[in-house]
Amino acid sequence: MGGGLLAEAFVYLCAAVAAVPIARRLGLGSVLGYLLAGVAIGPHGLRLAGEPERVMHFAEFGVVMMLFLVGLELRPARLWAMRGPVLGAGGLQVGLTALAIAGIGLAFGFDWRMALAAGLILAMSSTAIALQILAERGLLRTGGGETSFAVLLFQDVAVIPILTVLPLLAVAPAAGAEAAHGHGGGWIDSLPPWGQALAVLGAVAAVVLGGRLLTRPAFRMIAETRLREIFTASALLLVVGITLLMQAVGLSPALGAFLAGVVLADSEFRHELESDIEPFKGLLLGLFFLSVGAGIDFAQVAEAPLTVAGLVLLLVAVKAAVLAGLGLAARRPRPEVLLTAMVLSQGGEFAFVLLAFSVQNGVMPPAEASLLVSVVALSMAVTPLLMLGHGRLADRLASAALPPEPDAIEPQGSVVIAGFGRFGQIVGRLLLAQGHAVTVLDHDMETIEQLRRFGFRVFYGDASRPELLHAAGAGEAALVVVATDAKETTDSIVGTVRRHFPQAQLLARATDRVHAYELMEAGAHLVVRETFGSALEMGVEALRRLGMPAYEAERAGRIFRRHDLRVLERLAALRGSDDGSYSLAMREASEQLVAVLERDRARGRTALDDGWDTGSLVEEARQRAAERDAAASG
Amino acid sequence: MTQRILVLLAHPARRRSRANAALRRAAEGIADVTLHDLYEAYPDFLIDVDREQALLLRHDVIVFQHPVYWYSCPAILKEWQDLVLEHGFAYGRAGTALAGKALLSAVTAGGSEPAYGPEGLNRHSLVEFLRPFEATARLCRMRWLPPFILHGTHLLDEAALARHATAYRALLEGLRDGPAGARPAPPQHAHGGA
Repeated sequence: MGGGLLAEAFVYLCAAVAAVPIARRLGLGSVLGYLLAGVAIGPHGLRLAGEPERVMHFAEFGVVMMLFLVGLELRPARLWAMRGPVLGAGGLQVGLTALAIAGIGLAFGFDWRMALAAGLILAMSSTAIALQILAERGLLRTGGGETSFAVLLFQDVAVIPILTVLPLLAVAPAAGAEAAHGHGGGWIDSLPPWGQALAVLGAVAAVVLGGRLLTRPAFRMIAETRLREIFTASALLLVVGITLLMQAVGLSPALGAFLAGVVLADSEFRHELESDIEPFKGLLLGLFFLSVGAGIDFAQVAEAPLTVAGLVLLLVAVKAAVLAGLGLAARRPRPEVLLTAMVLSQGGEFAFVLLAFSVQNGVMPPAEASLLVSVVALSMAVTPLLMLGHGRLADRLASAALPPEPDAIEPQGSVVIAGFGRFGQIVGRLLLAQGHAVTVLDHDMETIEQLRRFGFRVFYGDASRPELLHAAGAGEAALVVVATDAKETTDSIVGTVRRHFPQAQLLARATDRVHAYELMEAGAHLVVRETFGSALEMGVEALRRLGMPAYEAERAGRIFRRHDLRVLERLAALRGSDDGSYSLAMREASEQLVAVLERDRARGRTALDDGWDTGSLVEEARQRAAERDAAASG
Repeated sequence: MTQRILVLLAHPARRRSRANAALRRAAEGIADVTLHDLYEAYPDFLIDVDREQALLLRHDVIVFQHPVYWYSCPAILKEWQDLVLEHGFAYGRAGTALAGKALLSAVTAGGSEPAYGPEGLNRHSLVEFLRPFEATARLCRMRWLPPFILHGTHLLDEAALARHATAYRALLEGLRDGPAGARPAPPQHAHGGA
């Protein structure tokens, strides 16, 4: 047996090592590489792999690990923020897809119960394939990636009620009611419904509380032993333990592992756990894909190739259409809609489990179920092929008027700068040079690409959207700097920030004096006119070239600046009361400026501060000398 | 009669200051004592002469609080003197605005008191080095108060620093409550490392 196991491992590893790099080189992605390798070693290829079903059952553990890792990346707060998409997008996707497929089934003359069962089963998508593709392409943190994840999360939860409902749809007496389904444990079925509910809640509570209270001290203790392999072993132990617990109460192990991941997401061991589990996950997922490839029953496909191909295309088309329809109805950006529709268009690994369960419960005849298994497996192979065309299509959609989806952002600093063009860059560079954490938002893709190359943390997005500002950390920011170019954009962002993030000091760039007044009224704490500083600088340089000594010219500029800012503030206060006092004050101010300039000239204060003006001193000295002379001669 | 006190703070790097910051904290929150941080008010050195003169007129005792830099004050306080103490305002025939007010120097120095002794590195005492300020007070017809000097700040531990800060606070409160002594008292030395 040992030799057999090793031989089998050798075959699978060989296939992976040979096929995946080639697939990657050809731009097909690793998933397709694994699937093709699986076909090659499967019973219909070289017949090297024995019992792909058994291998698949083992390899499904890779999906559990993947969700544990995904959970590690998601802090509870972020998960809570996702509740909308999970329930909304996920619920609608499962419900509508199930109904659509059931409708097609009815149209083909199947019994409604069987049609509905098939609909529910095929509504599931493949977490393994979708997440692997998204991760490989770095799309997990995009809007489309997050929506896809939310839908997959809902599907994981939905498996539980589907397992409950399926037996009710039985058309024939259950073939083996006693033979428990792949998910549910034995003892839990003997409990009354409230007991089952209690057991489920208890298991979830155990994962959450255990994760919170027990795992940290345990991991700390283990970490202190400095035995790396024991830490790895305990990480594996955690995932395996959760899987068993979840199976015992009939919950999806993947869901349980995900929950545990979320609980540990802000523990100090997060990165350690990630790097320990990652290789196992990768290997097991690869194995899973291999076994899917190997498990495709080509004999059946060969019998009715057109039927199978038609069903695969129909399945992919229906699933994609439902997702696309949902996305468009929710007015999501089109590239995002395209991504979600493509990446979730296949049947899922849960389908294998649910189909087997359906056969056991007499919901579906074995022949039909086996056909659907092939259809689902083949649909999984279609996704990587679809994704080959995704990039170019998304680009075309993106350039068609609609802006691309904003980047998802990890909040990372106490300063948010909106707009990173000529103005914002100077502000940002100064702050960065002083060691401040700065999050930058901009909507010019070119700027972002350039700055990213230089190591700046710049994110794409429309900063007038509250949720984007929130994601950028505006809720915790001490400062929000609005440095956008267009007046309308600036106004809109200033309004959003004042409404949603009142704790942040708001610094805004104004185009001119009037805009400055408007921004002050809108609640900006500091307003800077974009050209004022540079114009003043040029004025000072002009004075120098006219022969004024450098320091005097510099001071003349500063005094002018102070005066101008005071007038600005005074007028802003008056402008609100629209009773003519503003225009009066405006005139007064210009008169005042004239008066100040005259006084400056008379006393020389712009050029020479009085302290350095020896005029009066000389005068007094002369006077004293004259008095002395008078006294001497008198 | 209550004397209103204006403390002019001059420290260019507040975040690096220890002794001066302790004195500053001690001076905070005393009734009738106005703290005025010159580097904070005029980061561009553009001193608002009108505002500063108005502040002087509203107070009876003026305190220059600063670390000793090159036997004198940090640059902004010199700038302040150059511009605010105008001829015709602070001195000269018509310059009587400050007459009768009192001037106190409150300074912190890294060097120990012996370093400011006749045999020490600096040869002269800080009282000597502060003569230009004393002369300024005289020219402005102000009373020159015995300076508050904190020596050896590099070696002062927290407890000693707290003691000196308390003494400084008591000094300010005393100046506020009593009419500032007409008789010159001996300089109020505080010793570092004690």
